[in-house]
Amino acid sequence: MSTVQFHPLLAAAGYQSTWFHTLREPFMRNAFLAGALVALAAGIIGYFVVIRSGEFSAHALGHIGFPGATGAVLIGLSPTLGLAVFCIGGAIIIGASGRHVDERATATGTILALATGTGILFSSLAAKSSNTVTNVLFGNLLAVSSDQLAMFLWFTVVLLLVVAVVARPLTFASVNPEVAEARGVPVRLLGLVFLVLMGLVITMAVQVVGTLLLFALVVTPPATALRLTARPLRVVTLAVIIGLVSVLGGLVLAVMFNLPPSFFIVACSSFVWIVVLAATRGTRSPH
Amino acid sequence: MTEPTHPNPAPPAVSARDVSIELGGRAIWSEGTFDLPAGGVYAIIGPNGSGKTTLLRALLGLVPVASGELSVLGTHPSRGDARIGYVPQHYARSIAHAVRCRDLVALSSAGTRWGLRGREQDTWSVEAALRSVGAGGFADRRLSQLSGGQQQRAAIAQAIVGDPELVLLDEPLANLDLRNQQEIIELLDELRVDRDVTIIVVTHDLNPLLPILTGAVYLLDGHAHYGAIGDVVESELLTHLYGTGVQVVRTAQGDLFTRSIRR
Repeated sequence: MSTVQFHPLLAAAGYQSTWFHTLREPFMRNAFLAGALVALAAGIIGYFVVIRSGEFSAHALGHIGFPGATGAVLIGLSPTLGLAVFCIGGAIIIGASGRHVDERATATGTILALATGTGILFSSLAAKSSNTVTNVLFGNLLAVSSDQLAMFLWFTVVLLLVVAVVARPLTFASVNPEVAEARGVPVRLLGLVFLVLMGLVITMAVQVVGTLLLFALVVTPPATALRLTARPLRVVTLAVIIGLVSVLGGLVLAVMFNLPPSFFIVACSSFVWIVVLAATRGTRSPH
Repeated sequence: MTEPTHPNPAPPAVSARDVSIELGGRAIWSEGTFDLPAGGVYAIIGPNGSGKTTLLRALLGLVPVASGELSVLGTHPSRGDARIGYVPQHYARSIAHAVRCRDLVALSSAGTRWGLRGREQDTWSVEAALRSVGAGGFADRRLSQLSGGQQQRAAIAQAIVGDPELVLLDEPLANLDLRNQQEIIELLDELRVDRDVTIIVVTHDLNPLLPILTGAVYLLDGHAHYGAIGDVVESELLTHLYGTGVQVVRTAQGDLFTRSIRR
């Protein structure tokens, strides 16, 4: 089609000469907006995930969403709805299951295995759900509909409003739980609020990078930011920036090479992590 | 140093009348009757599992009293009493890399308030607390970058930031070397004098604290007793308390210390 000559390696990698044109397609607008909202939401909740050592719960919630999505398809509902119900319901169950971390890890792990097994069962029962399975496991940012985008917007607004109210007591309860409890902070309730908010964010993030690659959006950016600074507001800001660069950069690269965005998003976020890890090794920055 | 420097017009910091404590239906200890006059430094001693931390949690209103009358600073113990500062034992280990000393202290001051709006006096009281414990120089470092002694200073700073009348510390000397133990003990004595606080320390080792102690609550055979310091430090009692031979030695300088005797 094009008369311009490209490096053979680029051509072999599937380089699309029309990528800049593709970026202006209407469906790309949804993808960019959805990606930006998820990066924002994931950066904010991610700070609390890492200071609460809640990485395992985040991982598990993504898996819990899987049977929700495939089950919804089975009974003729939207997979997004099923995903949201299971992620948020799962968050409530995990939050109510026990107060000790070890105890919760066992509960979480058991629910996780059960959820994944049920997801496989549902997808095999539903005749034409194979597309849903791929989308839930690996995400598909390019397929975000306007309805989904509207849901992303609402979830992000709820997250911002609730975090604005609970940010300080939740941070207190996360870093100094015994003292917070003694000072009258509702530590358990805040733990539950945190998990429900995480359920919202994971419902969004699963649609972007999928159940299996969640970590790269919800945990990697804040963990990377935390290596550079420990000031709460700066960690959140940096995590959001790293998330935005990964999601938007990954999206552009995906269009350039006509490959799944999930790969490039995860690759970008992991790349930033590796660079920061190498740069800060041995010199744990005081600020 | 062992006596409060002024008479006590205030009610006792802690007053217990025939108090018993249960956890999950199991009696931890009972017949606790004692007064801890305000302005002193008190130890809670007893063998492992005797309910020392449970007593602290009862004072904080986190564990209900099964029977009897317990009063803290003149009222029933209740969660959220801003007049009490608390230094728990296992201090923020898992998240130490994620939190700066200054933020730990600031959260202890403002972390009970909802919403985003800060208050100017918070910043001011955080600075004051950091200064009083000598943490100004490392306030911006992460807890994981601090030595054991510095971490304990940070923990004490977060306990005193609200200007409490009573500070409860759970094993503040554990895992510290001798020099750091001495520094923390001097700091506690300074706080008692400068800020006029009552200090209660859970400890398994009485020796390092002896120079500043007013008295001790000892948990023995399922009961809680109080003794002024001269009475507690007595060979027979300590031997009974720890189930191993303990000898009390007074040096020529008048210093008191205990040592275990191998048989």
